[in-house]
Amino acid sequence: MTKELYSGAEIILKSLVKEGVTEIFGYPGGQVIKIYDALYNQNEIKHYLVRHEQAAIHAAEGYSRATGKCGVALVTSGPGACNTITGIANAYYDGYPIVVLTGQVGLSQIGNDAFQEADIVGITRSCCKHNYLVKDIKDIPRVIKEAFHIATTGKPGPVVIDLPKDVQTAKSTFEYPESIKLVGYNPNYKGHPLQIAKAVKMLTEAHRPVIISGGGVLMSGAHEELQKLAQLIQAPVTHTLMGTGTYPDSLESSLGMLGMHGNYWANYAVVHADVILALGTRFNDRITGCLKRFARDSHVIHVDIDPCSISKNVKVDIPIVGDCKNVLLGMIEYFEKKQPNIYKDDKDKWFSQIDEWKQKRAIPPFTGDKLSAITVIQKLYELTKKYSPIVCTEVGQHQMWAAQLFQFNEPRKLITSGGLGTMGFGFPAAMGACAGKPEQLVLNIAGDGSIQMNIQELATCVDYGFKVINCIINNGYLGMVRQWQEKLFNKHYSETKISAPDFVKVAEAYGAIGIRVQHEDEIEPAIIKAIEAKSPVFIDFVVENFEMVYPWVLAGEPLTKVLLSNDCAVK
Amino acid sequence: MGVFHTISILVTNESGVLSRVVDLFSGRGYNIESLTVAPTIDRLYSRITIVTDGDSAAIEQINKQLNRLIPVIKVADLNLNEALECEVALVKLNCKDEEKSDILRIVDATNSKIIDVTDKAYTIQTVGSEKQIQALAELIKPYGVKEFVRSGKIAMSKGNQFVNIKNL
Repeated sequence: MTKELYSGAEIILKSLVKEGVTEIFGYPGGQVIKIYDALYNQNEIKHYLVRHEQAAIHAAEGYSRATGKCGVALVTSGPGACNTITGIANAYYDGYPIVVLTGQVGLSQIGNDAFQEADIVGITRSCCKHNYLVKDIKDIPRVIKEAFHIATTGKPGPVVIDLPKDVQTAKSTFEYPESIKLVGYNPNYKGHPLQIAKAVKMLTEAHRPVIISGGGVLMSGAHEELQKLAQLIQAPVTHTLMGTGTYPDSLESSLGMLGMHGNYWANYAVVHADVILALGTRFNDRITGCLKRFARDSHVIHVDIDPCSISKNVKVDIPIVGDCKNVLLGMIEYFEKKQPNIYKDDKDKWFSQIDEWKQKRAIPPFTGDKLSAITVIQKLYELTKKYSPIVCTEVGQHQMWAAQLFQFNEPRKLITSGGLGTMGFGFPAAMGACAGKPEQLVLNIAGDGSIQMNIQELATCVDYGFKVINCIINNGYLGMVRQWQEKLFNKHYSETKISAPDFVKVAEAYGAIGIRVQHEDEIEPAIIKAIEAKSPVFIDFVVENFEMVYPWVLAGEPLTKVLLSNDCAVK
Repeated sequence: MGVFHTISILVTNESGVLSRVVDLFSGRGYNIESLTVAPTIDRLYSRITIVTDGDSAAIEQINKQLNRLIPVIKVADLNLNEALECEVALVKLNCKDEEKSDILRIVDATNSKIIDVTDKAYTIQTVGSEKQIQALAELIKPYGVKEFVRSGKIAMSKGNQFVNIKNL
């Protein structure tokens, strides 16, 4: 009996199916035409054709963020592969699992400057978790299994698989490995019990504790355990941008977001805490402010699955390498069993102090003739909260306002580019979220600059019925940069005034719906119309040009120097 | 700039691994003073020995980042006091008749060997520690040095400690 022979392309697809892949985002080309031929003859994997390879990667990441599965993108060699670099770096810095399949010229042509050849393995080496150049058809199943394993375990991240044309056309039998062995890769999930013991002792003796919850809590699925522990030790909880939704914003004990544009009271709580429990955050400069002054007078317990994050920026007293959920379970077990005295009176005093700080709100914007962006985003939240939407954002002022004004009570509801801050991420990520969660309402809050970066994806949305509601905060400027120019560069608005097309006409040209909003009373009807629409929507909110995002801790300043408005600086 | 550290890295022997390790150093601005790589007795694995400088915080970060690489199996920071080290140097010297006996004395004194002789030049090979190679370099400076090639440093911990590849 002879076993059936398959082409490399067919083996690739069969391996993806073995990994549970049901959706991929891609764009064909000469060096992947064999894979696309194999796609044509099957119906286990649905392929979404985008309009730019960058959108394919961002969509794969958005899909992954919304569903928790590994996103997959397929692009051709040369320019196709190069267009994915930003998206790969984006997934790398925020730590989300995606597998990127790139076509490549034949093995004998590699290195000869062939047509549409690019050394994508070399180029992405520093911005992906791992990458492969497959040289033998027999390696394909093992490589794909390893790739998915690496992408989805430890601190997740992107894995790139470069597939030369002749490997795709070769023939072989298909055998999918039962298991794989990666000698050099063994992420530590457990958390050292001695370290955990030290940490619980420190938390027991804390009079003014604060918990900082980051993206790691989300990836670990530890949001319930976090709530439990916070309750047991009576600690307030703040979160980073990537940790949004890991602790319900609506709870009294939630401090909301901390950092450069975080809440005054969150920053002050962190500065005045005696013990900081940092979970799944890498202490990026956006949340620490001036590193020399960060947590100077506090003891820090740092839990992270990536040993590189620990003591990289902030020297910690008790480092714990492990998965947040496991470590939290260990801590909860201790507090439930031993029920130690947790200084309830001191905790009450601590919460009162925080309540006092909560009076310090950002001064509301001036009322001009035009619509206020802050009002728009506030209303957006109020009108959509009953649907518990997935909110994607682009990058800039609108992103910060969305993070500040929306209340998120569960994880995987805010999809935003944190570490790399990629403009043009939100719209394709929203597409990915729609593909992964078709029953959910999906919003993309965008600026007029950001939306123009991947505006062509309107076509993809119309084709597949992705009903993304794009709320374009149209202020005619690259708002965040303009804000810095206003405050720090004498209002030299150098190249930040940016023109835009008539967004309503553009939407209609693509077969989508376009709505313009210029007055406050137009907001609600526009949103209702958008929610009921059967196609993607552009809502062009024409807003005030010169609004500012506050609170604001200027770069390099300590977290105590929170500015609440243009005029008054608070010490 | 801190003290020189010798870092010994056990990796899987596959294409691109050296690139990954070196990219880590260059990408973050860490300097590589010297580098060697070769397969171990089991050809599935290779040892990379890198000498780099940096303060203890930088070295700790380097070690963690190296460990994070998928093909890296073990990273050992071989502090100078605990390690056995070895380097090779080859020197080609222009030899005038009246200099020949001086050079032979230098070869003796530095425990070197003459491995090639022509009417114009001697080629000397020295195997030893970094200090011995440096000593040779100083001694031959006054003579007509045509070529001077050093290998990188290889190193191993002293005593009974070893990097175990049997149970991988």
